[in-house]
Amino acid sequence: MTMITTIITEIPRMFDDLVTRATLAGAGLSLATGPLGCFVIWRRMAYFGDATAHAAILGVALALATDLPVSLGTLVVALAMAVTVAALAAKGWAMDTVLGVLSHSALAFGLVAVSYFPTVRSDLSSWLFGDILAVGRGDLTWIWLGSGLVAALIAWRWQALLTATLSEDLAQASGLNPARERLVLVVALAVVVAVALKVVGALLIAAMLIIPAASARWLARGPERMAVLAVGFGLVSVVLGLQLSLWQDTPAGPSVIVAAAGLFALSGLWAALRDR
Amino acid sequence: MPRLPGSGSVMARANAGAKGDPAVPLLRAVGICIRFGGDEVLHDISLAIEPGEIVTILGPNGSGKSTLLRALLGILPLSKGSIARAPGLSIGYVPQRLVIERTMPISLRRFLSLPARVSDGRAAAALQRVGLEGKGGLQMAALSGGQMQRALLARALLSGPQLLILDEPTQGLDQPGEAGFYRLIGEVRSETGAAILMVSHDLHVVMAASDRVICLNGHICCQGTPQVVSTAPEYRALFGMGTSGALALYRHDHDHDHNGSQDHHCGHDHDHHHHHGNPPHV
Repeated sequence: MTMITTIITEIPRMFDDLVTRATLAGAGLSLATGPLGCFVIWRRMAYFGDATAHAAILGVALALATDLPVSLGTLVVALAMAVTVAALAAKGWAMDTVLGVLSHSALAFGLVAVSYFPTVRSDLSSWLFGDILAVGRGDLTWIWLGSGLVAALIAWRWQALLTATLSEDLAQASGLNPARERLVLVVALAVVVAVALKVVGALLIAAMLIIPAASARWLARGPERMAVLAVGFGLVSVVLGLQLSLWQDTPAGPSVIVAAAGLFALSGLWAALRDR
Repeated sequence: MPRLPGSGSVMARANAGAKGDPAVPLLRAVGICIRFGGDEVLHDISLAIEPGEIVTILGPNGSGKSTLLRALLGILPLSKGSIARAPGLSIGYVPQRLVIERTMPISLRRFLSLPARVSDGRAAAALQRVGLEGKGGLQMAALSGGQMQRALLARALLSGPQLLILDEPTQGLDQPGEAGFYRLIGEVRSETGAAILMVSHDLHVVMAASDRVICLNGHICCQGTPQVVSTAPEYRALFGMGTSGALALYRHDHDHDHNGSQDHHCGHDHDHHHHHGNPPHV
């Protein structure tokens, strides 16, 4: 009886601890960035992820200007950017150039736009590099909802996404619609950007997608294993990065990515020794 | 020899045709045209694929062979014409090549389960059928050219196709490999009763392996049995004469007359070459 009371009173209190909240936020995010990051790598969408993430800053400005919740503003602008890029890609534009133009323009426009809001201006680095230690309960709910949605979406479309990623022609000949699967990934990317902004910041969202998935590639022999390992690498990066941040008083978002990069090196080293 | 799925229904269909019902084609294209931008790549293509027959599309590089297959598969939009499929038609597709990103770890066994998961037993049977028994654990990126073609064929067979569409399936194979692959195709047809539509530009092997040949060069120049086609003037204009045909193909300079209404090769004026026969024996 006392144990149950303890659990009931302790669990909500657990969320009061900012490191616990930060860890849970990072864990929730990893659930989405793991599998989505695999597709970003397989489909060579790295730069695409960057462009969408950079658009998030513009979303912050839009939200502040219109009194919308920041998450909603980010989602709308990230979605608009992702759909634009996908549409241009489908029309056969030179993607390297187009993404270069859109990605940097979105960032520059966003930075100029938020400079009109003094509150943001003073705290710009938290949007660029994340402020995971400031994640509140509301943020946590939003992160888990968004990430859960993305993970569920990818799990649901998994077979079709894999087929379309291997070959759009094969997918189409099997009666699938590759354009729809591309749209699934575009929407997933926009949602991840919106929920990840608070955690790792606009500049490092793409890193959170790519680095854990790349680490997983060294060790995986199947696509499912790679996705699961990518979630694991993301999770461990968050835990290690937050500890680094607390210990050395470094910014949390970059610390998480530093940890992810360290794991990538270790994973690669392990694979090299294994295959020697 | 493992019996592949879907063979029952195809046999039934082919038999029904043989009993004298008007043969229902698996696929019928009527007057299709394909444009890329302003360029007309294919025009006025009409063809039908009957159950159980092996049809080969022959043509020089750039004649629109792959484009035609992709249009028939529904991958490319038509700028004119229409394609009708038999209700519930199941198509297996073997693309010209499949490049596996090195970033994607995927075994042959896992590949066979795309897009629909198949049981280990069925996967093993399909691998055995194409001569890849026990190779399911190999990574797709590690397959040789010949293994990859066989892997693609195994995957296509798992859907129990009534129609197999293969785009230059022997590209990159040496001659024994090529001959072996065509033999395999023939066996698959006789075991499953599936019709086979393939694209090729190697003449000699194709002629022996096909029931019907369609010569393509932006339009259908001529079609019929290999014997009929190989004596057709349109075919000779495209591919040269006799045994030197294979060489002539690569030297072909597109200089025979293909212009508009003067084009006596094109259209309906050589119906006598067409193969109107009964559905081929299965």
